Amino acid sequence: MSTVYPSKTAPFAYSANSVQKTMTTVLWALAPATVFNLYLFGWPAILLFAVTVGACAAAEASCIALSGRPATSTLGDGSAVLTGWLLAMSLPPWAPWWIGVLGAIFAIYLAKHAYGGLGQNAFNPAMVARVALLVSFPVVMTTWIVPHPLFSANAPSLADAFAITFGSKPLDAMSSASVLGFVKTELSRGIPVSQSITQVPNLMDMAMGYRAGSMGETSALLILAGGLFLMARGIITWHIPVSVIGSLFLMGTVFNLVNPARFTDGTIQVMSGATFLGAFFIATDYVTSPVSKKGQLVFGIGCGVFTWIIRTFAGYPEGMAFAVLLMNSLTPIIDQYTRPRGFGRTSKGEPLPLKVKS
Amino acid sequence: MLIAVGSLTAMGVTLGGLLGIAARLLAVEENPVEEELKAMLPGSNCGQCGFVGCAMAAQALAKGEAPVTLCPPGGKSVAEALAKKLGVTADLSDHEEKGPEYAIIEEDLCIGCTRCIKECSVDAILGASKQMHTIITDSCHGCAKCFKVCPTDAIKMCQVPVTLSSWHWPKPDVGQMH
Amino acid sequence: MKLFPIRGGVHPEYRKELCSEKAIVALPMPELLYIPLQQHIGAPAEALVREGDLVKKGQMVARGQGAVSAPHHAPTSGRIKAVTQVLAIHPSGLTQLTIVIEPDGKDEWADLPAPIADPFTAKPQAIKDRVAQSGIVGMGGAAFPSAVKLNLGIQLKIDLLLINGAECEPYLTCDDRVMRERADEVIDGARIMAHALGAPKVIIAIEENKPQAIEIMTKAAASQPNVEVVGVPVQYPMGAERQLTQAITGLETPSRKLTADLGVVVHNVATARAVQQAVRYGRPLVSRVVTVSGGAIREPKNVDVPIGTPVAKVVEFCGGFTSEPARLVNGGPMMGAPLVSLDVPVVKGTSGILALTAEEVKERPTSPCIRCGVCITVCPCGLSPVEMAPHIRKDHLDVAAKLGVMDCFSCGSCSWVCPSHIPLVHYFNYAKGMLAEQDREQKKIDRTKDLAEAHAIRIEKAEEAKKAAMAAKQAEMAAKQAALAAQNQGASAADDKANA
Repeated sequence: MSTVYPSKTAPFAYSANSVQKTMTTVLWALAPATVFNLYLFGWPAILLFAVTVGACAAAEASCIALSGRPATSTLGDGSAVLTGWLLAMSLPPWAPWWIGVLGAIFAIYLAKHAYGGLGQNAFNPAMVARVALLVSFPVVMTTWIVPHPLFSANAPSLADAFAITFGSKPLDAMSSASVLGFVKTELSRGIPVSQSITQVPNLMDMAMGYRAGSMGETSALLILAGGLFLMARGIITWHIPVSVIGSLFLMGTVFNLVNPARFTDGTIQVMSGATFLGAFFIATDYVTSPVSKKGQLVFGIGCGVFTWIIRTFAGYPEGMAFAVLLMNSLTPIIDQYTRPRGFGRTSKGEPLPLKVKS
Repeated sequence: MLIAVGSLTAMGVTLGGLLGIAARLLAVEENPVEEELKAMLPGSNCGQCGFVGCAMAAQALAKGEAPVTLCPPGGKSVAEALAKKLGVTADLSDHEEKGPEYAIIEEDLCIGCTRCIKECSVDAILGASKQMHTIITDSCHGCAKCFKVCPTDAIKMCQVPVTLSSWHWPKPDVGQMH
Repeated sequence: MKLFPIRGGVHPEYRKELCSEKAIVALPMPELLYIPLQQHIGAPAEALVREGDLVKKGQMVARGQGAVSAPHHAPTSGRIKAVTQVLAIHPSGLTQLTIVIEPDGKDEWADLPAPIADPFTAKPQAIKDRVAQSGIVGMGGAAFPSAVKLNLGIQLKIDLLLINGAECEPYLTCDDRVMRERADEVIDGARIMAHALGAPKVIIAIEENKPQAIEIMTKAAASQPNVEVVGVPVQYPMGAERQLTQAITGLETPSRKLTADLGVVVHNVATARAVQQAVRYGRPLVSRVVTVSGGAIREPKNVDVPIGTPVAKVVEFCGGFTSEPARLVNGGPMMGAPLVSLDVPVVKGTSGILALTAEEVKERPTSPCIRCGVCITVCPCGLSPVEMAPHIRKDHLDVAAKLGVMDCFSCGSCSWVCPSHIPLVHYFNYAKGMLAEQDREQKKIDRTKDLAEAHAIRIEKAEEAKKAAMAAKQAEMAAKQAALAAQNQGASAADDKANA
């Protein structure tokens, strides 16, 4: 037998883990909520979804081609598709097509490849895109629609949908506010929370999705189911979801007890907005969240607290995207301070003291 | 508007002035870096770096006129120590070529002139006039001063061989990842 | 008994069923045996024989050198064919000095040292000496000279001798079979070692995926009150010394210290059996059980191999390859070393020879790190591979050292679990090797500095001595001249007086 100079060390066995598998599992977890919401919001939503995901894939392919690598490298692993999917979930369902395309450009070119590609971005690409769009096009990005289920009476037909997504049909006549948006507007009009809250859809409706909002904001239960599926598969652990939802619930409950006229309670906080989507799918993004479990808890608590603060005191009704981006910027320092304790060492890094034996 | 401009300008001038004063009063004294660089070099004044002795090499390094990879007998560890001290990145890519060396005397050619013994700055050569010379391999650090003065070319420079205990894995080559 | 959890770890596919039920078979003696002088940690042995010498089985052919070393013995009777450079069973592809023996087919034992009649009343030093002269080294793979490890009982108080029957590596079943077929010998050897260490208690830890071994060993130990057989959870790397100590005692060995500092000494089951053979029969270590397994081996087996048998012969005995193996491994797939060639000898630390197919290895090209952090979760040493690897790639080895890369014992859990197939362990092996090399270089430079300084002082002293000699001579000359001048003056004065 000829001498084969070895080029690598042990181990010579690997787990079945792969990046592609991880991304695909996340897409499967998102599928139930997505399909339901596409049904809820009809053809325009389907078109927007297709445009957004397609634009992200195209942007990714162009970046790969620019850098001279084969197209299958990171396009094949599904990370760009996932970014587009999450972005589409956070857009208003009947937004025009150019929102999706611009979002894709922000997410893939600016927030991902400008930083160095897969694994190198400091901020969550889907959230960067959403925030950039929100700040640049506030009216379009806050035009929410009540659900027009796909085959129901007043649902727009495919032709209508083309007009909505690709045309310039104004939507004001059909727009409606999301729960948090409604509460905030009423507060600014001087109507206390305890009163405005009676006018919003009940909790079950919010959970099931029959209310205005982005696709990711509605049907909290399906998102939750997807999130639990991800945990069962070992893609994510409980640390970030529990700390985000828990801290948000805690902040809501405590402050609601102090002043129910000013602050919504914990349950509303948790069930409305993009809480579940953010807790299970957005804050848990591997690249931009801390690597250690302790760090993830700190990160999750920070996300929850910031979300509550922004929702309550800031100018925007929904705070999850901003909160996640703020915590993304703190991830490196969280990582530095939450390194695990080495075996045989104290948490400062010194060797453990030897106990004197009697 | 004027008040805004005026107050910001005043703040800027004041703070800038304070920073300037602080830069003078609270400045950190620089240690003479030359001495520390000299301490890092082997100290055998072999001249392979092109300077006359390690002190001159340290001077040139301190001025930034010499690369940190100038000392072949020092190897990678000296290059890295110098790089760290000077705050530059050591380009070790062409350091692999030479590798550490040591000298041996071919006894057939040695005439016992003691010229090499006088040159060796670490007393690694044993011998006396008209008697066979030999080099203590453990002490030899490959500066090649003896190699240059031997009149009969009896001294050869050899690569220090890699043994089972000194071999280690090379860096993995993962290709272009980003 | 109460067990303690260990941190991290993974659960690879074990595939031990390939040969866990295959009893140990002896390999027929090959045509040539190659005994390398370095088969252990420490200084290489020194050859005692020359080409042409005749040796008997068990005769010492190489003597240990220094405090940490081991002798080697002829595995069979025959003639020394050569003492020459032969390819070493080492991933470097380097050669090493090796004694080549040509068996004469008679397999005659030499005059062996007398069996130690009652080891439990013998002096511990006598047992340690016997272990040392029998060339016994750690047979779990590390090959540390066992006598040196037994000496730990002198300086430290040892409360527990922990016999490592965990065998946590996939595919390997040699320890399992030794425990099943040679249980009494293992227990006897363990008790002898405990006596040599002064340890009052022996625990034999066996992973729970070996129920038959646990049963058989428990029965064999039933009559011994101070020997306990304990089943430990199946978790890689349970068989690592520090992890096993933590699982059994709950104590964490401080960094840079030995388990012996906690009062625990760990030895492999096969080492215990070798000690028993040496003490009871005077037989040195001349063979070992090797697991030959993997998808590409036609007949996986557990083979009793004479030390020095070429790997090619062992593979041939197991039916050869069914297909071209994707990987050839010396040891287990998680921590083993790649085999450069089949023409290398089996040595005392060779626990397994694996020929793995591509489907078994599941290797893929490396893709970028996605910072999933699973490597941190699985690291039993509490390190951060995701942080250390990029620093090592950029050659910031001092940063990697601060992050604790020298604590890594290359278990392979992080590389196994990485979804991007980043060669993490390879980075750490490189870093550890480079740091050790830089340390050696630095020591050499310090030595050179000292020698240069000593040389400078010597020259200076010589100069001063010269000057002093010159000055002394000048003073002498001056004194002589002065005396002469005085004499002349005296003479001329006398002359003047005479003439006046």
